[in-house]
Amino acid sequence: MGTIKLLQGNEACAEGALYAGCTFFAGYPITPSTEVAENLARRLPLIRGVFLQMEDEIAAMAAVIGGSLAGRKSLTATSGPGFSLKQENLGFAALTEIPCVIVNVMRGGPSTGVPTGPGQSDIMQCRWGTHGDHPAICLTPAYVQEIFSETVRAFNLSEKYRTPVVIAFDEIVGHMRERIEIPEQGVLPVVDRAKPDCSPEKYLPYDDSGGDVPPMANFFEGYRYHVTGLNHGPDGFPVNASPRIHTDELRLMRKVEANRKDIIRYEEVLTEDADVVVFGYGISGRSARTAVEAARAEGIKAGLFRPLTIWPFPEEEVSAIASRVKSIVVPELSLGQIIFEVERCAKGRCRVEGIYRVDGDPITPAQILAKVKEVG
Amino acid sequence: MAFNYDQYIRGGKLPHIWCPGCTYGIVFKSLLRAVDTLKIPKNDIAMVSGIGCASRLPGYVDFNTLHTTHGRALPFATGLKMANPDKHVLVVSGDGDATAIGGNHFIHACRRNIDITVMVFNNFIYGMTGGQYSPTTPSGHIATTMPYGNIDPSFNIPELAKGAGASWVGRGTAYHAAALDKLIAGAIEHKGLSVLEIINACPTTHGRRNKFRSPTDMLLWMKDSALPVTAFEKLPPEKTAGKFPTGVLFKKEASEYCDTYYGMVDRIRKASEGRA
Repeated sequence: MGTIKLLQGNEACAEGALYAGCTFFAGYPITPSTEVAENLARRLPLIRGVFLQMEDEIAAMAAVIGGSLAGRKSLTATSGPGFSLKQENLGFAALTEIPCVIVNVMRGGPSTGVPTGPGQSDIMQCRWGTHGDHPAICLTPAYVQEIFSETVRAFNLSEKYRTPVVIAFDEIVGHMRERIEIPEQGVLPVVDRAKPDCSPEKYLPYDDSGGDVPPMANFFEGYRYHVTGLNHGPDGFPVNASPRIHTDELRLMRKVEANRKDIIRYEEVLTEDADVVVFGYGISGRSARTAVEAARAEGIKAGLFRPLTIWPFPEEEVSAIASRVKSIVVPELSLGQIIFEVERCAKGRCRVEGIYRVDGDPITPAQILAKVKEVG
Repeated sequence: MAFNYDQYIRGGKLPHIWCPGCTYGIVFKSLLRAVDTLKIPKNDIAMVSGIGCASRLPGYVDFNTLHTTHGRALPFATGLKMANPDKHVLVVSGDGDATAIGGNHFIHACRRNIDITVMVFNNFIYGMTGGQYSPTTPSGHIATTMPYGNIDPSFNIPELAKGAGASWVGRGTAYHAAALDKLIAGAIEHKGLSVLEIINACPTTHGRRNKFRSPTDMLLWMKDSALPVTAFEKLPPEKTAGKFPTGVLFKKEASEYCDTYYGMVDRIRKASEGRA
């Protein structure tokens, strides 16, 4: 039995980070994510961890990468405009393969938008926000308990695949309080980055001959090497030539693409015999669950697909559903973003209908139920 | 005996990218001599840079080296240093990298007084992109984006650093290389944020557009314009025009950020043990 607590989503995120072994946080105050920072400001110094409030969002992302390169599991948390500002250095972490976790507590936008209201309109930015081709992992928990466990998983995936991992949840679950159980240490797996077992003289930081994820030496441990945001060769030094750039970019993508089974998680409820499936994540996934239950009570064959991993997108799973249902309903707190992915996977085999809302309130179960009845 | 540079230079990484006549090579060698006098193990040094010609320097040296994004070397360095406060973190930056796009990070690193050594290679221009004006381009000088002469007032980097809270501030030049060795060593030895402005020359994108007929002319300009700070301070104001002071320009005792942070950590951990 772990510890039972009544926690806010943002607090659970901080707890999950500590559980995963995070000892470094750098951030900048921004609503509605600030409680993640506030909790870690209290907790990290007590375990000799580092807490830094930096001069801006860009600096916070940079400091987190520095902290990780020096061997600490590192986290930053942000929202809205702050997530935009972090994108350049997020791409740096992807190309240089430095693990780190970025929490994006989504609010309404664009620009300053609705800082205190929920949003799901950063979801494409979570995939495509930084320039250039790059791998992306993004997790979308919907419950306070899930924020805890998915934060642990985010660190694990980041360490395992040497890539930044984004946790994107909306303001509602970030600020909602729910009962959660924090398990004893050892109950949930905690993964640490693989370190080189060769001598420093033989170490090549980006040598993929042993697999797509090369072992990572931390700075100051005797493996002196070069890290650069330029495309680079196995030794870490800039390469400006074919075919290395192309093959190395493919390897970066393959780290995620070839490991979809390991990375993708979702909840699927009553989709086997369903005529209509609701595809919803975060707070919209919670409303969808209630709507599906209400529809079933009325004899409508409805089901739920709720992704916990939104990137990489669960293509095979959505495709399989599309091949056997009449309709997929996609509620999201945007004017239509993730629906494009659902349509891409459905390939015209079923009807795909969106429900959009950007007025600072969640999509209600009643709204979803009405749509389910319309298309079911 | 001649100084053995090879002990600090990564095999096979030279020649460097810098143009003929560029003074960065002089500073590069000075930096290695300075590090050598301090006898710091190579494993214990991280060198961090942003983007620009100067920022390519870390690639050539056999330390833990990190070539980051434009302007952001200091926050990356802050992360490294806070995670490993007993290691040496050196930052190499340019005038545009440190004081334009990285200006916010520069002043806040100074304010925190974290123990990082910042060397700003000031060549008065954006060299890598081909000669656009920077925050230190002198008034009236021609740049590709100031084709009619620079109208922007310029930063005085040491004054900026001092005003922002750096506890050690100095200036040297590529011409005065022997003095530069000592300045770099002093900057690294100082505990706290040290800023060393190093006056450099970019003949390719600055000099040749601004009446310096050769790289030598630019070095002679340094020779004629730089004065040791003690001599500079004795000059009457009317005679300081066109001159600038070099040496250790400012130094103060101040709490170092990692010391303060980990001091707080020890204090609260002790207090919480007391309660338990």
